[in-house]
Order: sequence, then C-alpha cells, then structure tokens
Amino acid sequence: MTATALPAKSARAWDRLSLRQKRVLWAWSFLAVPILFYSAIRFWPTLEAFALSFTNWNLLRPAAFVGLENYKRLLADPLFWQVFGNTFLYLIIGTPVSLVISFTVAYYLDRVRFMHGFIRALYFIPFLTTAVAMAWVWRWFYQPVPIGIFNAILTWFGIPQQPFLRSTTQALPAILAPAVWAGLGFQVIIFIAGLRAIPTSYYEAARIDGVSEFTILRRITLPLLKPTIVFLVVFSSIGFLRIFDQVYNMNFNDPGGPLNTTKPLVLMIYQTAFKSLDMGYAAAQTVVLFLILLAVSLIQLRILKDR
Amino acid sequence: MTMNVAALENPVARRSIRPGRIIIWTLLFLGGVVMMTPILFMLSTSLKDASQVYDLRLIPEAPSLDNYVAVLSDGRFLRWFLNSLFVAVCVTVSNVFFDSLVGYTLAKFNFRGRYIVFIAILSTLMIPTEMLVIPWYLMASNFGWVDTYWGIMFPGMMTAFGTFLMKQFFETVPDEFLEAGRVDGLNEFTIWWRVAMPLVTPAISALAIFTFLGNWTAFFWPLIVTNSRDLYTLPVGLSSFAVEQAIQWEMIMTGASIATIPTLIVFLLLQRYIVRGVMLAGLKG
Repeated sequence: MTATALPAKSARAWDRLSLRQKRVLWAWSFLAVPILFYSAIRFWPTLEAFALSFTNWNLLRPAAFVGLENYKRLLADPLFWQVFGNTFLYLIIGTPVSLVISFTVAYYLDRVRFMHGFIRALYFIPFLTTAVAMAWVWRWFYQPVPIGIFNAILTWFGIPQQPFLRSTTQALPAILAPAVWAGLGFQVIIFIAGLRAIPTSYYEAARIDGVSEFTILRRITLPLLKPTIVFLVVFSSIGFLRIFDQVYNMNFNDPGGPLNTTKPLVLMIYQTAFKSLDMGYAAAQTVVLFLILLAVSLIQLRILKDR
Repeated sequence: MTMNVAALENPVARRSIRPGRIIIWTLLFLGGVVMMTPILFMLSTSLKDASQVYDLRLIPEAPSLDNYVAVLSDGRFLRWFLNSLFVAVCVTVSNVFFDSLVGYTLAKFNFRGRYIVFIAILSTLMIPTEMLVIPWYLMASNFGWVDTYWGIMFPGMMTAFGTFLMKQFFETVPDEFLEAGRVDGLNEFTIWWRVAMPLVTPAISALAIFTFLGNWTAFFWPLIVTNSRDLYTLPVGLSSFAVEQAIQWEMIMTGASIATIPTLIVFLLLQRYIVRGVMLAGLKG
C-alpha cells in the first residue's frame, strides 16, 4: 500500500514545482555524482596531502604531528637542492628549445601545400607514442659502440664516443631529448592552429606596404600569436617540471643517476614515498612541487601577459 | 580575374615555385624523417634477430616476426595489452559521460551555486597529480583497491580539463534547440543526451582521444597502484620486461613496438579527427 502511495505522492509533489524549480533540481541531480567525486578524489586528498606533510607517518607507525619538521629537513637536505636544480634545468632547457623548434617548423610548415598532411604527420606521430617505450628506444640509441646509433654516427665522423647516460653532465640533456622530441608534434599543431587564426588581411596590408617578411613576423605574427605562446609556455613548463617516465626508465638501474644528476622532484617523491615509505616527508615534497608549479605558472602568465 | 581573386585569398599560392620554397620543403621533410627515426629503428630492430642488432641498417636483412612470437608467446604482453585497453576504454567512457554532463549543466542551466561549482572544479586543475598519489594510495589500500582495475582507474574517472572543454562547446549550442526538445516533452536528461550531445561531436571526439591516449600511455599511477604482474598496464609491464631483458635489445624493441603499433594504426585511421581534436582542445582548453 505504502509502496505504491509513495511514488504517487512524490510525483504529485514534482508536478507542483514550477518549471524553473524543476530545472534546478535536474541541474543538481546531474551534478550529484560529480560533486561527490571531486570532493572525495580531489579536494579531500589535497587537504590530506597538506595534513600529512606535517606528520611523520611512514606506514609502520601511526602518524604523529611534527609541525614543520619535514619542511626543515627538506631545506637542510643537500639532495633536495640538487633535485630542485635538476628540475629547473629540465624546465629551463626543455621549454625554450622545444618552443623554438616547434615554432620554426610550424611557421614554415603552415606555408607548405605540397604533401602538407604527410609532413605534419611525421612531426606529430611521436606525440602519440608511449613515453616508457620511447625511453627504452632512446636508451638504446645512447649505448656505446657497437650498439648505440649516436656513438656510431660520432665515430663515423671521427669524433670520440660520448658516455651520454653515464656522464654526470650529459645525462640530463640526454634524458630530456626524448621528452622534447615527443612534445614537438603537439606544439607544432597548436602553433599552426594559432597561425591560421590570424586574419590574412593583416599580412596583405603589410605586404602592400612593402614590409619585409622578418618585420611581419616580429611585428604582426608573434604579437598576435601571444595567447598561443602563453598557453604553450605554461603547458610545456608544467610538463618538464613533472618529468618522470623517461628518467625512471632510461637509467633504470639507478633512477635519477648518475650521482643524482638527473633526478627530478617527482622521482624523489616516488622514491621517498614508495621505496623508503617515508610518507610524511614525501607529502611535504609534493606540497613543494605544488608551490613550484603554481609559482612558475603565475610568473609566466604575469610576464607574458604584460608584454 | 578569378585567378587573381583566388591568389588574394591565399597569399602563398600567389608566388610561383622558387628555389627557396623547395629548400624549405626539403628541410621540413628531412626534419620529419629525423623525427620518425626512433620509431623506424624500433620497428626495424624488432624484425631482426639477435645477431643483426649491431648491424645498424634500417632495412633488416632477413626480417622475421620471431621476436613477436617469442615476446607474445607467454601471454604476459597480451594480458598487459588487454589491461591497458580495458582501463583506457572505461576511463574514456566515464569522462565522455560525466565531463559532458557537468559541462552541459554548467553551460546551460541557471541556478544559484553554478559559478561556485565551476570555480571549484576548475581549481582542481592547479593541483598536480603527484600531490594526490599518496592520499590516493592510502585510500586504495584502505578500501582494498590496490592491484585492482578500479584502483588504476578511479583517479581519472572525471577531469576538470574535460569538463571545461565540454562547457566551452556546449555554450555554443543555441538554446532554441533545447527549447524545442522541451516543447516536445522530452525530459532534461534526454534533451542533453539526444539533442545537445550530437551537436558537439567534434568536442566529444577530442575529449575521447585525449583521455584514451593519456590513459594508454600513463605510467606513474599504474606503477604505484599495481603490484602483481597480472594487473600491470602496458607501460608498467613493458618497463619491467625491459629491465628483465637487460641487453637483449631486439626483445626490448619488440615490446616497445607492441606498445606503439596500436596507436600508430589508430592514428592512420583517424588522422583527421585526431589532428582536429588536438587543435580544438589546445585552442579552447
């Protein structure tokens, strides 16, 4: 009896609502599961990460509040400063190099009509590859003669072999190379889309005035491309600051080596949390990573917007 | 006359083929070939036997699929392949459904709290995944999700990026279409699913491509949340396989090829949609 009465009653209540009220109820019913998801899987863990960073939890003993102890330890840790420097090296080399190459390619590729799609595909396909798979291909390329291709090419030209991944100075750029390589295709496509969005009338006016190609590039193309450039600078910077897959795989016997010269912050976090199980300390490192990403994005947005 | 108009519309076509153009084309082409070298060498070496690995020629002398037979024979790679496929498909379906639903609600419904919900979701973009993995791992071990498919999938079931992308696109859908649905007596869910969704298919394909690719290649979280070989995704499995093979490069390249070939095939089939999707996502996102 009640079982049948209830839906009928609620149906009548539903009918009494105005159209507007009904739509509001629909909206919240659409949002119910997502709000639950974002609260449980995004917001709560964020707060938890902050909270854990003030504890000494290590999976074995219950967490105890230690205040800023983890952060003090981190600032006093020479490894952290080395890792901090490495992380910025990935960013400072990776972002300009990849953007200059991808812009140059996009600038000229945009004017090419003959086999345009085919050439674009050659640049774009690496973007679709799995970083882990390609890390191993590049690792193979860096091997000494007679295995590695790079050293084979060097010896053909009579240049001595290079240690690449085994060198404390060459390993970081060697690991960065596949990351830059894989990202180029994406940047080229975005740059081309940005170039296409610039109205051709600007160019026509400039050409009628007899302005040189270089001046057009500097005075018209680059300023109008600014939103695209801002997006790509921020996007690729965040990518380089979070580099992990390549580092972990290319020197798998000593991830981050040799002598920690290639270790980025994310790898340090991984090792602290899941190898040393020092969760509280690792949480403090993730907070630092968050602050770095936030600061870098804000600074870049600020600088690039002003100009 | 018509020729002149066409030439004006397309400033490039106005110029005849000059030596400079040919040089630029050639340089771009060579650059593209260089870009493809790692992939080509990987594929070529996967077809060589161990004695030919040191022979750095691109075309194998006696190409054979023996390495593939050897790598695939014990079924591990097949398992990892299916794991990755299953995870990526489930997460993609979930994102297409929920990101669109939320994006649509935020774009097309007027209600108090809409702006707060939008800002709250958008603000999660600032939180790097790495910051959440420790709480996620804690959550996964408390609920017994470690070493399960759900454990690999749950962090990515909805994304702020996808929601933002879909919201941008739903805002371009004219309200008249939705009103027409209401006049026809459709409920709001049906209007979204039957009327609004078909109008934003380019955005849906962009979202699907990005989500699938991101999950197919994901390494960091699957590495953390899986312990047993049977639950590894392809990148995690490939990494452990490569470590095990040590210096058998032809085997490692075969494994790497198995992870790469499917995306190459998908790209060749869907090239237009993928490139357009990347452009859409990049410009709107």
